[in-house]
Amino acid sequence: MSETELREDTDPAASSAPDTATTSPGRQARTLRQRRTGPEGVKGTIAKIVLLGLVDALAVYVLIMLFLSQSWLALGVSAAVVLVINWIYLRKGGLPAKYLAPGVLFLLVFQVFVVMFSGYIAFTNYGDGHNSTKDDAIAAIQLTAQKRVPDSPAYKTSVLAKDNSFYLLFTDPQGKVSLGSTDKPLEEVSGAGKDSTGKAKTLDGYQTLNFQEIVANQQSILDITVPVSANPADGTLRTADGSNAYQFKPALKYDAAADTFTDTTTGAVYRDNGKGAFAADNGETLSTGWKIDVGMENFARAFTDPSLRGPLLGVILWTFTFAVASVALTFALGLFLAITFNREDLKGKKVYRILMILPYAFPAFLTGLVWSGILNPEFGWLNQTLLGGASIGWLTDPVLAKISVLVVNLWLGFPYMFLVCTGALQSLPNELDEAARMDGAGPWRVFRSIKLPLLLVSIAPLLISSFAFNFNNFNVIFMLTGGGPRFADTDRDIGATDILITLVYKVAFGQGTGRDYGLASALAIIIFIIVATVSAISFKQTKALEDVNS
Amino acid sequence: MKVQNTLTTGTSRRVFTAGAISVVAALALSACGGAAATGPATATATAKPDLKSGGAGTITMWVDAERSPALKDITAKFKADTGIDVKLVVKDFAAVRDDFITQVPTGKGPDLIVGPHDWVGKFVQNGVIAPVELGDKKDAFQESSVKAMTYNGSVYGVPYAVENIALLRNTAIVPDAAKTMDEVIANGKKAVADGKAKFPFLVGMDPKQGDPYHLYPLQSSMGSQVFGKAADGGYDPKQLLIGDAAGVEFAKKLAAWGDKGEKIINSNITGDIAKEKFLAGESPYYLTGPWNVPDVQKKGIKFAVDELPAAGDQPAQPFIGVNGFFISAKSANALATNEFVTNYLTSEAAQDSMYKAGGRPPALKASFDKAASDPVVAAFGKIGATGVPMPAIPEMSAVWADWGATELALIKGQGDPAADWAKMAASIKAKIKG
Repeated sequence: MSETELREDTDPAASSAPDTATTSPGRQARTLRQRRTGPEGVKGTIAKIVLLGLVDALAVYVLIMLFLSQSWLALGVSAAVVLVINWIYLRKGGLPAKYLAPGVLFLLVFQVFVVMFSGYIAFTNYGDGHNSTKDDAIAAIQLTAQKRVPDSPAYKTSVLAKDNSFYLLFTDPQGKVSLGSTDKPLEEVSGAGKDSTGKAKTLDGYQTLNFQEIVANQQSILDITVPVSANPADGTLRTADGSNAYQFKPALKYDAAADTFTDTTTGAVYRDNGKGAFAADNGETLSTGWKIDVGMENFARAFTDPSLRGPLLGVILWTFTFAVASVALTFALGLFLAITFNREDLKGKKVYRILMILPYAFPAFLTGLVWSGILNPEFGWLNQTLLGGASIGWLTDPVLAKISVLVVNLWLGFPYMFLVCTGALQSLPNELDEAARMDGAGPWRVFRSIKLPLLLVSIAPLLISSFAFNFNNFNVIFMLTGGGPRFADTDRDIGATDILITLVYKVAFGQGTGRDYGLASALAIIIFIIVATVSAISFKQTKALEDVNS
Repeated sequence: MKVQNTLTTGTSRRVFTAGAISVVAALALSACGGAAATGPATATATAKPDLKSGGAGTITMWVDAERSPALKDITAKFKADTGIDVKLVVKDFAAVRDDFITQVPTGKGPDLIVGPHDWVGKFVQNGVIAPVELGDKKDAFQESSVKAMTYNGSVYGVPYAVENIALLRNTAIVPDAAKTMDEVIANGKKAVADGKAKFPFLVGMDPKQGDPYHLYPLQSSMGSQVFGKAADGGYDPKQLLIGDAAGVEFAKKLAAWGDKGEKIINSNITGDIAKEKFLAGESPYYLTGPWNVPDVQKKGIKFAVDELPAAGDQPAQPFIGVNGFFISAKSANALATNEFVTNYLTSEAAQDSMYKAGGRPPALKASFDKAASDPVVAAFGKIGATGVPMPAIPEMSAVWADWGATELALIKGQGDPAADWAKMAASIKAKIKG
């Protein structure tokens, strides 16, 4: 969309100005404005209609799917978004909105939504054991509490219907036939018609359902619980597949009025403990719980958990060291190479440059795995081939592991710096260089006082974003060392090369008895605040840099 | 180091307003989730007892790419018999468990999922799977496989394959089977001394987590277990036995076998390196599972599948992993799904074709007997019969990290076995308590 409009602005043939012969400054300005807001070229209009049509076609498909799945809120939001997009692009004028709309949309979907969702999760106990709503948890507990009565017979079962209600016809292993439904306890019947396997299938006055009919009414049939006798302690007969039934007895009974579960054998009562689980008086909880809002608890835990607090300081220091050192090293090497390869009289520059960029093309997680093989103390290529069979624990010694991580990250990261520095260097005007030389400055002086400050103006923001990226550089750490070697003084699985984000991952997913999304989100938000603060301060500094030079 | 260029000038200010909006969004989101979840539930609740409508819909099943083709025949048969489609959705195996846990509560998860039995504890904890009553069909399966699928006294899945490790022996280097670990070590060392091999024994060690799964038979042969058993035969998380005296003995043995001892278990040999060295004929022994056997056969190595060697006076019991089918607790098509699982997937034809596709020994006795005409399958199966199910209780996930890291450190010769093992047990206990 933007491309067509740009072309239109620079193409003199598309000019709609009626008369270019009579010129006055005021008139010229008016024609220019007319061209901006006036009717578009045919090509532009076609392109616009096609693109907008594609977007709308997709939108209609999505809206239909949302309608079918009855997601009303999502449907409403999507419909509104589609209308706004159409309005922006179909109306005349409002050029800034046309440029900004796609970016803003993606920003909302991929950034703001994710941040807000993390924000919401951080205030809940969402995680293993607290996976859904309370109703779901109660249903799941009831489902799993149904235990088959020991040594009870297996019944062959047919499903019958009469007056729009369903009945189950049971044949026990001895061939005895009985009928029952939820409000009709099991009762022996006679005169049932049996098939070749001896299973009772028909009964006078009732209609026998075939499998398709059973499936069409499966919810009602699954809900049938036939009391075995007048005594509820004997349990109930239920079928799960419409052809076999077994005698079940709940191990836990739910009392909807009191909102409690009672253990049918021990008599223990489980109550809602306010923490998203049913707990007995002795503190024992039922394994399935539900998601609740816990307020600031996750944030409090991040700072008070003793096994987390101990190694946390070391990890934070190393995270900063890692991020700063990574940026500094990659920038130094990238800049050095960029200057070296920027000499005009160098032959084969293109080949060198392509070789330089290669590491950038590998996925980081793959690189991590490959390097961890190269650095294997006994079988790794580095020790075996380069160092003649030395046995150096590159990834197992705490200090060496830190150095290895930095070196591998340098290898991964310098091509990016090389690229941006090359670009920035080439955009510097040559006259400055010449002028400085005329004034008698040596090459170092030219670099130090002229090129570097000018470079920094354009590259400093990239250095900051590179810092933010390395602060959370999960792939390199996790694939290369997994955070190890492990600290000896904590019972958490935290090691010398762990940075904050790998620590969060381990705490939230790899530890304890399950995943804890709530705590993970809270820790992620804390990291986010740190990175945002550092970046904000750095950007202020960059602004100052710009002012000095302009 | 691909820089995510999200932090440009002015972002910091936007960021803080975003934070303020998040409170509002939290409300909006919870409303959104609620709306989505009620969708299918209302759809089924309004189903009227209309006997004529035969609309059975479809069953959705999550499988990985490897198992999907094996299910084609049985789903076609089910479709022919009942008119119900079984839609096989191929998912990435690494993420499928967590996806299932997150999606079932929204009502958008599948009706069925394929996976190993040690997922069951986590599934039950999150309330996402329903028990399956196998009835009389229970006896048609290998006892160990049904036992593995049993959790809190109920069966939660239909097993189709049983897996365990064994000791592969290169018969060109060591012609006779050994019974104990000491004999294995002696044979291995002799082979190295005679110049027939470079490594006396091979087992892959993850450079970060060791490999407690592969080392467990050695540990269990010394009388050390992870969890004790509850009255109903399942593992009891309250009885953490790993730190007992037998465990400490095993820890000492690990240090003795490790890098600073006899170098029987080498911390630098990863899974890949171990396989490579065995395939190159550089070691007489390789502790591994049936998944590496095809490559060994392809390479033309003459090998035998030996029983797991005992390092102590107890039998060497491997962990067995059982693969099976699990039914979602919120399946909108539960009856049809149950019919498919209990009456079709338990059939000999289905279990045969799963074996043909994956090569994992079948759980159904009749299918296993057929597969056992292959001596390798028979040998692995015989060892599996002595094994114990890998604990499926959620507490087990608190064990792996400490267990592996401690074993790895001991193999490297770091620290004191008795002290470190006790520390590991204490740390696991603290995590289970939460």
